[in-house]
Amino acid sequence: MSDLTINPGVELRNSRLELYHFRLRLALASGFVLCMFLLLFARFFYLQVIQHEHYETLAEANRISIVPIVPNRGIIVDRNGVLLAHNYSAYTLEITPSKVDDIEALIDELASVVEITPKDRRRFKKLTEESKSFDSLPIRTRLSDEEIARFAANRYRFSGVEINARLFRQYPHGELFSHVVGHIGRINQRELDQLETDGLDANYRGTDYIGKTGLEQGYETQLHGTTGVEQVEVDSGGRAVRTLSRSAPVSGNNLVLKLDAGLQEVIDRAFGDRRGALVAIDPATGGVLAFVSKPGFDPNLFVEGIDPLNWKELNESPDRPMVNRALAGTYPPGSTIKPYMALAALAYGKRRPEQTISDPGFFNFGGHTFHDSKVGGHGVVDMYKSIVASCDTYYYMLANDLGIDNISRFFRGFGFGSRTGIDINGESAGILPSQEWKMRRFKQKWYAGETVSVAIGQGYNAYTPLQLAQAMATLASGQLSRPHIVDYIENITTRSRTAADAPPPRPLEVRPEHLRVIRQALVGVNREGTGARAFAGAQYVSAGKTGTAQVIALKQGEKYIESRVAERHRDHALFIAYAPADAPKIALAVVVENAGFGARAAAPIARQVLDYYLLGKQPFAPKPGSQDESDDTAD
Amino acid sequence: MTPLIRRATRFLTAHVDAPLLGAVLLLLMLGLIVIFSGSNQGVTRVITQTISMLVALGVMYAFANIPPHYLMRVALPVYVLGVLLLVSVALFGDVVHGARRWLHVGVTRIQPSELMKIAVPLMLAWYFDRYEATLRAKNYLIAAALLVVPVALIARQPDLGTALLVLSAGCYVLFLAGLSWRIIGGLALASLAAIPFAWTMLHDYQRQRILTLIDPTQDPLGAGYHIIQSTIAVGSGGIFGKGWLQGTQTRLDFIPERTTDFIFAVYSEEFGLLGNVLLLFLFLLVVARGAMITASAPTLFTRLLGGAITLTFFTYAFVNMGMVSGILPVVGVPLPLISYGGTSLVTICLGLGVLMSIQTHKKLVQS
Repeated sequence: MSDLTINPGVELRNSRLELYHFRLRLALASGFVLCMFLLLFARFFYLQVIQHEHYETLAEANRISIVPIVPNRGIIVDRNGVLLAHNYSAYTLEITPSKVDDIEALIDELASVVEITPKDRRRFKKLTEESKSFDSLPIRTRLSDEEIARFAANRYRFSGVEINARLFRQYPHGELFSHVVGHIGRINQRELDQLETDGLDANYRGTDYIGKTGLEQGYETQLHGTTGVEQVEVDSGGRAVRTLSRSAPVSGNNLVLKLDAGLQEVIDRAFGDRRGALVAIDPATGGVLAFVSKPGFDPNLFVEGIDPLNWKELNESPDRPMVNRALAGTYPPGSTIKPYMALAALAYGKRRPEQTISDPGFFNFGGHTFHDSKVGGHGVVDMYKSIVASCDTYYYMLANDLGIDNISRFFRGFGFGSRTGIDINGESAGILPSQEWKMRRFKQKWYAGETVSVAIGQGYNAYTPLQLAQAMATLASGQLSRPHIVDYIENITTRSRTAADAPPPRPLEVRPEHLRVIRQALVGVNREGTGARAFAGAQYVSAGKTGTAQVIALKQGEKYIESRVAERHRDHALFIAYAPADAPKIALAVVVENAGFGARAAAPIARQVLDYYLLGKQPFAPKPGSQDESDDTAD
Repeated sequence: MTPLIRRATRFLTAHVDAPLLGAVLLLLMLGLIVIFSGSNQGVTRVITQTISMLVALGVMYAFANIPPHYLMRVALPVYVLGVLLLVSVALFGDVVHGARRWLHVGVTRIQPSELMKIAVPLMLAWYFDRYEATLRAKNYLIAAALLVVPVALIARQPDLGTALLVLSAGCYVLFLAGLSWRIIGGLALASLAAIPFAWTMLHDYQRQRILTLIDPTQDPLGAGYHIIQSTIAVGSGGIFGKGWLQGTQTRLDFIPERTTDFIFAVYSEEFGLLGNVLLLFLFLLVVARGAMITASAPTLFTRLLGGAITLTFFTYAFVNMGMVSGILPVVGVPLPLISYGGTSLVTICLGLGVLMSIQTHKKLVQS
């Protein structure tokens, strides 16, 4: 305890010792101070030199926020510049569900400020189920100025709710182009995954919508454009302080179509309430002039997310408006197959044009009687007459001379049975039967009797209206072109035009004199045959062929009587045509579902289309079916 | 210059220690520069702080002129007054931000704990000086008790930062007064053993601060936020700093308490490692001058008081910079002479004034 206590007896010496001890301790303390400052220096060196880059990055991440600038989606116009899809700017009232505790209560309160219909609520509910809760979702769109003002005055009551200016897609023609132009809708999880797989997710930052069907889907990459990026400096509260850099978005490209909106409208009116499809093609290029599937639906319903009631109605309608009949509907071609059958016979040398048969009105084959549609038969029939009068027996007899595999091989050259490759998705390939097909499909061998049915367009074969139109265009032009709806893609900034890429047309491997025979017969159809009534008085020469397709198979010996058959089981009416006959500008195929004979229901529609397209004549809508029916029952 | 003026000047500056004053003025200037940046170029803060500085310098000058033996006389009364005020705070104090620290006196409010930063070392130095000739173990025990009472009262408010500073000031006196190494070792062991017990005594927020220090990322938006953001500020400053007024963490509000407790983050971000070295050097200059004064102080009282003041000044600087750079828990200790705020500035300058007084009055004592 010597250094703890001080002996009072030796004060002076001990005082010196005391001072020495004190200074020792002070020196120790100073050493401690120095050590601690060195420790601080080491810490600063570690943070500011060794870890500098790491903290630099963190500081930059703190202050820089990257905001995507969504590009304007390209517009879609027809060949004459008529708008088919465009954008308009509107204010939306949006809720971010993750910021709100009780959404129902919030919406109830919002309803006191702006109008919110039950439909809006249903749609919002559906959106919340499909989206992430931190997305900002619209409860109301297209707010009026007054509503914006009223909300602004009350906004303090609504946290998690904001007004945003957004671009909306609009389809001014509604139903008319629903199956061609298609529509956009909110991006769903599956599409998001796909975008990620394709490495496109960065370009879709900030984008809420994506093409779902039709051209909107087929040309999504063209229409979307390139998303811009704005680097914004933000403070700790997330408020933007200033813009650091900005790369402007590049608007999506515009689509200019081959389609003629006026023609489309004429067709729509000609169909009226009937179901069916019509595709018209420019034979020289394969450009699609008209593409109608009836009934359609209003694509505008889908843009902001369709409300469940409308969705149910569309989905459950017996008319199935969502089905793209022109693209995915497959129909037996009926007698419209005959010109191709005749051409195949010429090509394979199975018939000469002038070669005749005698038609008793039926044909027996393999213990089965095949009836001609004309009771008593057509008498002496050559190839021309077989097409003009649509003689079934001629083709019954021809069927097994050709054989199913020759038919199949020859038809493939017209595009039957394979997807045309048109520039919208969802196409059906149809069915072009062959021995191999039947084995693959049913594990059964082909029966010769089945070829007899196929020869008049019944049996297994089934094609889309698009394929029928393509085949007609091919027959008219002598070459197979891939049909395309888009004529060219227009870059909105450079105004440069890029033609939609298409493979070069493939010439038909058919001798010109054979083609000439068939074409003459098709002209005969409209002049003196089954199409004559519909084309009476036409100021141009047209070629055509009627067809009637059975929806249900008739029993042996049963006769088809229209009035006795339930409406949806009635025959489909078909017509294929092109015009002018010497230099075809338009080829088309039309199918009218459950409408009966092609000559009566389908041919008049084709007439209106050709009149409008070639002469610019607006039809005054003659009532179909009200005409004299005496001669039309033959197909 | 006439001899008269020269004599007058010598008389007026006789008790000013030039090296200490120089370092203090440099630090104060640096403080103004950083406060301007930290307050987003707020002129009012700079003006307010300038006024506080003038007051603090006035106090420093005044105490430099008071001979140490006058301080000896007031040591006991000031200490007793301070403890009484602390008790009043505990009984009648105002609660601000959940802590009972302020006491209403007439029209103004005072923070008695601030007074104890100087009153405790003063009292202990006086006590040891009084029993200098007959120091025994019991004297150290009594001194420890004199220290623990105010520290406990301050810690209870709760004001961990001030309690820590007062405690360290007292401990420095005990250490310099010759507390046995055996007892120091024993105390160290005892405090280690007491950690679990002390843990249960801490307030939740204090515990949180210590946990946050160990792993700030545990609660990045809550308690860890301050420390993460200030560490980012320091680290992103690099060697040369981002430049005055150019700190992004500062400008964009990411650093909390930018002119007070966390002002070092602002400084460090804008002036970098070089700036930090300059600051460490200036602080070291103050401490070194204080140590020199203390080493040559004539009496035990002045030695102990000078040593405590010097080492407390160091403690301020170390704890603050350690906290901002993430090696010490967040306690409310300002950066001496730099942080915005009049009270701590006056207290610190008062202490430095006492140091000057010790230095400039020793000849009188010796003669």
